[in-house]
Amino acid sequence: MSMQLWVVQTLNGLQLGVMLFLMSAGLTLVFGIMNLINLAHGSLYMLGAYLAATFQALTGSFFIACLLAVPLVMGIGMLMEMSILRRLYDRDHLDQVLATFALILFFNELVRMTWGPQAYFMAIPESLSGTVEILPGIPYPAYRLTIVLAGSGVAVGLYLFIGRTRLGMIIRAGATHREMVGALGVNIKLLYTFVFGMGAAMAGFAGMMAGPILSVETGMGEPIMILAFVVIVIGGIGSVRGAFAAAVLVGVADTFGRILLPPALSSMAIYILMAGVLCFRPQGLFPAHG
Amino acid sequence: MRKGILGWVLAVCLSFAVSATAADEIKIGYMATMSGPAASLGIDILDGFKLGMAHKGGKLGGLPVELIMGDDQLKPGIGVQVANRFIEKEKVDFVTGIVFSNVMMAVAKPITDAGIFLISANAGPSPLAGARCLPDLFTVSWQNDQTHEAMGKYLQDEGVKRLYLMAPNYQAGKDGLAGVKRYFKGEIVAEVYTKINQPDYAAELAQLRAAKPDGVFVFYPGGMGINFVKQYAQSGLKEEIPLYTTAFTIAQMVLPAMGDAALGLLNSSFWGPDLDTPVNRKFVADFRKEYGRLPSLFAAQGYDAALLIDSAIAAVGGDLSDKEALRKALRKADFASVRGDFKFNRNHFPIQDFYIRKVIKNSEGVLTTKIIGTAFEDHADAYHSECDMQW
Repeated sequence: MSMQLWVVQTLNGLQLGVMLFLMSAGLTLVFGIMNLINLAHGSLYMLGAYLAATFQALTGSFFIACLLAVPLVMGIGMLMEMSILRRLYDRDHLDQVLATFALILFFNELVRMTWGPQAYFMAIPESLSGTVEILPGIPYPAYRLTIVLAGSGVAVGLYLFIGRTRLGMIIRAGATHREMVGALGVNIKLLYTFVFGMGAAMAGFAGMMAGPILSVETGMGEPIMILAFVVIVIGGIGSVRGAFAAAVLVGVADTFGRILLPPALSSMAIYILMAGVLCFRPQGLFPAHG
Repeated sequence: MRKGILGWVLAVCLSFAVSATAADEIKIGYMATMSGPAASLGIDILDGFKLGMAHKGGKLGGLPVELIMGDDQLKPGIGVQVANRFIEKEKVDFVTGIVFSNVMMAVAKPITDAGIFLISANAGPSPLAGARCLPDLFTVSWQNDQTHEAMGKYLQDEGVKRLYLMAPNYQAGKDGLAGVKRYFKGEIVAEVYTKINQPDYAAELAQLRAAKPDGVFVFYPGGMGINFVKQYAQSGLKEEIPLYTTAFTIAQMVLPAMGDAALGLLNSSFWGPDLDTPVNRKFVADFRKEYGRLPSLFAAQGYDAALLIDSAIAAVGGDLSDKEALRKALRKADFASVRGDFKFNRNHFPIQDFYIRKVIKNSEGVLTTKIIGTAFEDHADAYHSECDMQW
């Protein structure tokens, strides 16, 4: 493999990584803070893609679609938390899995009834549709570079928010000392709804960014959810920093696994990685609960 | 009250007595994947089938039809349950539909063993075309390999030297590439199998670009195809290396989701909406009028399935009890197919022409395909010699 190809494939790995981060950041916070396994997180990703595609078709602008779709998915997420998921926090994980799996089926059928069984089209915005020559003779799609930049921007923003703001501090405290935070007078219910909405917004944003590359169809959130769960386990449940490191690790490992290993082995690559990490660090790379 | 029940029993008995000679209605079980992401194929086949019935005055062979639905959910196990319901409870005369080969492999034997004719409107797995061919199975679509073979033949004729092959890592993917290789004799640069339902192909496309082949053939049906075609165009490869595929990737219902990324792509099929036969012109026009969209090849197959059943029932005068006569009538395939010439091989799979189509925008700006050449005339599948059925 030539040097140029290594660079391109590393970029591809990074791009998959930031996508996975957007999905797993919300998942890991919800799991870490509310102790809730939310399988339906992928449905929010799907809704992000469908809503953005619809708004884009209506307004003709990708950026307006983004401004409308992301807050809307956040709202849907918060509504979902208040109406359904809130009741599941004290149940055991099996009940949560069952209930949120039902939500997947519900959202898939809802989307099918609303948008029809055919896949939906979403175009790349005109200004980002070409390729950029990242190295002489090596073109790379401008849109994918945008994903890397936008995703990294969200990661930095989230890092600063969690690490440097008062609300972020409460969220961190909530992840490690749940009862104590409540005892200190923080409105835990409101905090939970907010955290869930934040995760939903990021999932919606990921779906929206994926829309122009992928076929916007029912069930599109499920394949990426499996990877997102691997990411949060490797990264350490509840840790945003861990999710970022693990997302990039999984993204790069999956990309190089696919091109260097035979098909049977490449589909196992990230699970072998997960087993290896858990072998040495059973709590994940950056455990949130000390 | 008691009298009422007795009357019912009498009526039911009488209806049985009548059906022994000439049936007064036929029951058709329609089994397909009707839910989940892959449902659009089954829906198109059903719409085509219903249009075929409508063209025959809402009847088939002069008999009113009761259409009974079954969703196999793309699971062979569920398919067998649906088949059992059709056999035991509904006692259907025909089963049709069947989109996926894995479901077909599970249900073909139980259905035909029960003395029910199975008319496949899509799946055509190789075992059932060869040594395990069944006297009561008629496949009105194609044998799985045929469409791929047509593109292999075209690439060979065009003098493409170095070909790059890609498909999902499952049986149909491997069969598809085997079909291409049966007729393409140039150099195969690489044969890449990706995970089934893989959404992103950036890594594979970078490898492909580095290998610098003369052409790329892919088999990616449904959503995988949408993803691949979009990403191929976005990577700038479409202008560098021609992409060849089949009507399974370039089906009418996925073209809107691909957009201009699909424009100009060559693909092979037994049929196209612009195929110039009188039946096809009427089929396409009426389908658009009825459903407000262009039909796919799947809809065309559903339409032909209805016409085949119609022709056979009409030939036996509505007497469904004589299985032997009905089978003979089905073998004749005495109906006006959307594809023009149509006949069954001795394994009950079609002998038919295959075309190369190009994706274009029609005068209304809608993406569709246009036939630009013929790859095969009267093409028989590769397995029929292994079938020992005689007729």
